[in-house]
This record gives sequence, C-alpha cells and structure tokens, in this order.
Amino acid sequence: MKILVCITHVPDTTSRIQFTDGNTRFDKSGVQFIIGPYDDYALARAVELKEESGGSITVLNVGEVETEPTLRKALAIGADEAIRVNAHPADSFFVASQIAQIAKDGSYDLILMGRESIDYNGGMVHGMVGELLDIPSISPVMKLDIEANLGKMSREIEGGKEQIEVALPFIAGCQEPIAEWKIPNMRGIMSARSKPLNVVDPVPGKEMTKVKNYTLPPAKGAVKLIDKDQVEELVQLLKNEAKIL
Amino acid sequence: MSILVYIEQDQGTIKKSSLEAVSYASALSAMQGVEVIAVGLGTVNENEWKKAGQAGANRIYHVSDDRLDAGIIQAHAATLAKVFEKAEANTLIMSKSSLGDAVAARLSIKLQAGLVSNVVSLPELNDGFKVKRSIFTGKAFAETQIETERKILAIKKNTIEIKTDGPEAAVEALSIDIDEKEFAAKIKGTEKAEGEVLLPEADIVVSGGRGLKGPENWGMIEDLAKSLHAACGCSKPVSDMGWRPHHEHVGQTGIKVSPTLYIAIGISGAIQHLAGVNSSKYIVVINKDPEAPFFKSADYGIVGDAFEVVPKLTEAIKAIK
Ligand SMILES: Cc1cc2nc3c(=O)[nH]c(=O)nc-3n(C[C@H](O)[C@H](O)[C@H](O)COP(=O)(O)OP(=O)(O)OC[C@H]3O[C@@H](n4cnc5c(N)ncnc54)[C@H](O)[C@@H]3O)c2cc1C
Ligand SMILES: Nc1ncnc2c1ncn2[C@@H]1O[C@H](COP(=O)(O)O)[C@@H](O)[C@H]1O
Repeated sequence: MKILVCITHVPDTTSRIQFTDGNTRFDKSGVQFIIGPYDDYALARAVELKEESGGSITVLNVGEVETEPTLRKALAIGADEAIRVNAHPADSFFVASQIAQIAKDGSYDLILMGRESIDYNGGMVHGMVGELLDIPSISPVMKLDIEANLGKMSREIEGGKEQIEVALPFIAGCQEPIAEWKIPNMRGIMSARSKPLNVVDPVPGKEMTKVKNYTLPPAKGAVKLIDKDQVEELVQLLKNEAKIL
Repeated sequence: MSILVYIEQDQGTIKKSSLEAVSYASALSAMQGVEVIAVGLGTVNENEWKKAGQAGANRIYHVSDDRLDAGIIQAHAATLAKVFEKAEANTLIMSKSSLGDAVAARLSIKLQAGLVSNVVSLPELNDGFKVKRSIFTGKAFAETQIETERKILAIKKNTIEIKTDGPEAAVEALSIDIDEKEFAAKIKGTEKAEGEVLLPEADIVVSGGRGLKGPENWGMIEDLAKSLHAACGCSKPVSDMGWRPHHEHVGQTGIKVSPTLYIAIGISGAIQHLAGVNSSKYIVVINKDPEAPFFKSADYGIVGDAFEVVPKLTEAIKAIK
C-alpha cells in the first residue's frame, strides 16, 4: 500500500503567539517548530499500517525551505521519502491544490492528514483535496484499519462516534487515539539523513482568502479568589455579576 | 440573491449551533438587504422549523431524503451544492462542527467559494468582505478577506445569541437528485452518550483533571454538572488513562469549547488545556495549589481540596435553583 501523509510545520503547542510588521505577520523569533500534533498521529498510524502489511510512506509538506527539518523528523519516525512543494502555504485552497497534484502524480492508495493544523485550525485541507480528487474524505478519524480494499474507521461526532466503511482510495483526517505519537530513535535519525527529500515547484494555484491583519485577545483581568468555606459567595457572583445562574 | 444556512439535525432535532448560524445569517442579511434561506437535510421533526423561523430564517427548504439522516459528508456536500444554486445564494453560513467542517471544505471546491472557518464576529463589508476568525487554537485572531464572489463561513459556537422573535417561515419541500456514488462511505453504526448535554454544544462545562485521583471520584463532578445542566469534560491525561471517554477530552488536541461558563476542577492549566477553553466567557478554577497556572486565566477561583469544595458548591447551587 502506498500511503501519503501530509504534515504541517507549526509552532510548538507551548509557543507564545506574537505578530510583527504592524500585526501582518506571525513572529517566528524564538519559536520552536514541530510536526502538527494531529499530523503526528497520522504519521504514527501510517508507520503501524506499514509494519502490519508493508508498503511505503511518503510525507508531504507545502512550505518553504525552513520546513525541511520537520520533514526530516518525519523520515526519522518512519517515512520512506519526503516531498516539499516549494511555496508559501498561502491559504487552504492553495495548499489543497498542491497536495491534490502530488496525490495525482503518485497515485496513492491512502492519504492521511491531521484533523486540523494547529496554526490556522481550518480542518479544511482534507475535504478540499478529497473534492479535487473526487474521492471520499473522512474526518476526524479516531481509529483506522485497512482490510483488503476496505477502510474501517471510527469517526468522532458530537458526543460520540460512528463506524464508517469506505473503499480505498480515500483521505482520513486523523486524531487520537488512532495511534500513539512515535519518538524517533537513533537508527531512525541516522537513516533519515540518507532518505530522499525531493523539492518540487508548485503548480499554479490561486488563493481564495487573504489575511489582512492579526490581533491578540485582550488580557484577562486578575482572578477573584473566594474562600473555600464561602462557596455561596461564588454562587452569588455567578448569579449577579456573571449573570449565569 | 440570498444567504443559505445549512441546518444540522440530530435525530430530527435542529442543533442549537445551527440556530446560531441562522441568527448570524439573519444579522448579515440585515447588512446586505437579502433573504435568509435555511436548508435542512434528512428527517426533521415538523415542529422544529418554528425555531428556524424564530432564529431569523425567511424561508426554509427541506430535503427530506432519509438517506441524508446520517451525516454522510459527500452526500451532504453534493446536496447543498445543488440547493445553493436553487436558492441563488452567494453566501453559505454554517456552524463549525465535526460534520460542518468536512462538508464546508468540499463545498468550497464545488462552488469555488472562499471558505473561512472559526468565524467569531460579523463581517466588515465597507472594503470587500472581511471577517474575523479565531486561529492558533484561540490564542489569536486573523482578519481575513474573502476574495471570491461566493463565500462560505463556518461560525464558531457561542459567537452570536440565538434570536427568538422572528416570524414563522414557510417550509418548501425540495427533492434533489443525489448520485449513488456520494453515498460511497457507509455508516455502520453510531455510539452516542444518551441523554447527556453534549460537550461542544453546552452552555456550561464542568471539567475534571488528574487532581481527582481516579474515575471512581467522578460522581461529584457529574452531580455538579447535573445541578447546572452542564456537560462534563476532562483533561487529556484523564482520557488517556481511560478514566473518562475520549469525547470528553478538552484542549489543544481535544474538543475546543466556548461555553458561557467553564469550571475546571483539579486541572493544572497547562497551555495545551487552556487552548481548548480560552474562548469561554467565564472560567472558574478549583485547585488545591494556589500556584496552579490555571488561576491566571480564571475569572473566579477557589483554593481548596476539590473533595471538600465540590460537594458544597453543588449544594449551594441546588439551594438557589
Ligand atoms: C502536544 C501536546 C498536546 C496536548 N494536548 C492536551 C489537550 O488537548 N488537553 C489537555 O488537557 N492536555 C493536553 N496536553 C497535556 C498537558 O500538557 C498537561 O499535561 C495536562 O493538561 C495536565 O492535565 P491535568 O491538569 O489534569 O493534570 P496535572 O497537570 O497533573 O494537574 C493536576 C492538578 O490537580 C490539582 N489537584 C491535585 N489534587 C487536588 C485536590 N484534591 N483538589 C483540587 N485540586 C487538586 C493539582 O494541584 C494540579 O494542579 C498536551 C500536551 C502536549 C505535549
Ligand atoms: N502546508 C501544508 N503542507 C502539507 N499538509 C498540510 C499543509 N497544511 C495543511 N495540511 C494537511 O491538512 C490537514 C488539515 O489542515 P487545515 O485544513 O489547515 O486545518 C493538516 O493536519 C495536514 O495534514
């Protein structure tokens, strides 16, 4: 089975988010970048599927040269080759157009993505690629098994889950507990250096949306502490001040 | 021209978040001077439509095909694309949800419509079409311009209050041809927590963390939740250890909630947990450690042992109800 895993290169979940250039650009200074946590689940499941039944794993990122360490890390975790589409990931539609092109060229059996990227949280790219390729896209997927030609999945719905079956090829947007994150071992890290990382030019594609500027939420005021023996006071505050109860 | 609203239903009942989407569309229509048409797919209880009218729909389309009762992503997207043309719409509004996201993305391609998700306010129309969305899991916002003629907005929950004063809207039955191939994904079964308040939709959420020591101690969390008609949530280690089901896991890698009130009990307030709750209107933290980081993000706090404080709080709430 040929598996394509699409990964994002995103700020670590503990990063302080700041903007620069008059709030028109994300400030990367001092920020540590990681494989998107959901993409990491997708990759981990791909590695398990390969261990179970063979095949190959290609990891793909649409991004500039700075994302290569992230792709190398994915190779160290267990992907066989990496592709970087050399372009700024301007918006979801642009990214989806690039991924769709790579997917067509490589005729993969299964495409795994994360449920959403943790920078823009769109949760859109998998659906867009699915539509561009005219194949099913299922998200958010919590469990995925492949039996013969059939994908058996459990998809999260509000307050529960549903069981889905669909024939290959399809796209799944992954989330936990589909697999446990894998930490690269020394052998993985060594072998990643010699695995292919191919850089390809983007196909022409337009953007449908454009970010004009960024803002931060207002700072939270100081917490109002209530004595643990006066819980009635909290109830009164919730009732009269917050007007909730 | 019109604004189309995708109404999601659950076993025949319109989701609260979809009514928010209708009210959002209604506010937008007042700015644009166009009509709001709401569309429901699958079996919907007759008396539910009243709510859509009250929330601000001028007209309602109902595609009652029962194959659409289940949320099959491609089938819903294909149907909505046709309804969009029929309604001569140029904007589609929906609530951000598990199904909504997946459907919106496919529609964006089908309709060549620019899509913005996680929308948190009404658009600005004086210079193009610009709308504010939440990014970096609630840590920031992006003012985003949609450059296409057609537009799709997925609205974050609790962005707008549901209107209840709209007049009744006429319901028109539509029959839409949907290709069999759109039903390629088969739903084989559904498991759902019955009779509970759904976490993503809840107005009040009571969450417990590792400080509660074990699953056997969740009774007091559930009692507190019940007294507030709230949904239960938890931190990631709690669901990882199987103390609580995964669908209660709140945070960066779990459910993002935006309730009016979030009560965190025995949760330290790690940045990844905060990412899932930072758009709550009010946060109450109960933790025995006065240095717990969560207090910095809280509106109200009690420093104390949850095992003492929570039962007392439940009693105090019951006393005023
Ligand atoms: C990439 C990534 C993604 C993550 N995503 C998430 C996520 O989505 N959601 C999430 O929650 N976490 C997430 N985490 C984990 C996160 O970093 C924290 O480890 C986790 O939130 C801690 O859970 P907790 O607060 O329940 O436990 P702890 O940090 O152990 O805190 C327990 C708290 O309970 C208090 N306590 C103990 N006893 C009592 C008592 N008797 N009464 C009152 N208080 C008491 C303690 O003072 C302490 O503050 C993620 C981590 C990573 C690296
Ligand atoms: N620039 C990118 N390169 C490769 N894959 C991406 C990129 N952006 C998004 N994806 C994939 O699409 C998923 C959903 O992203 P999003 O729609 O941005 O939330 C991510 O989890 C990735 O798997």
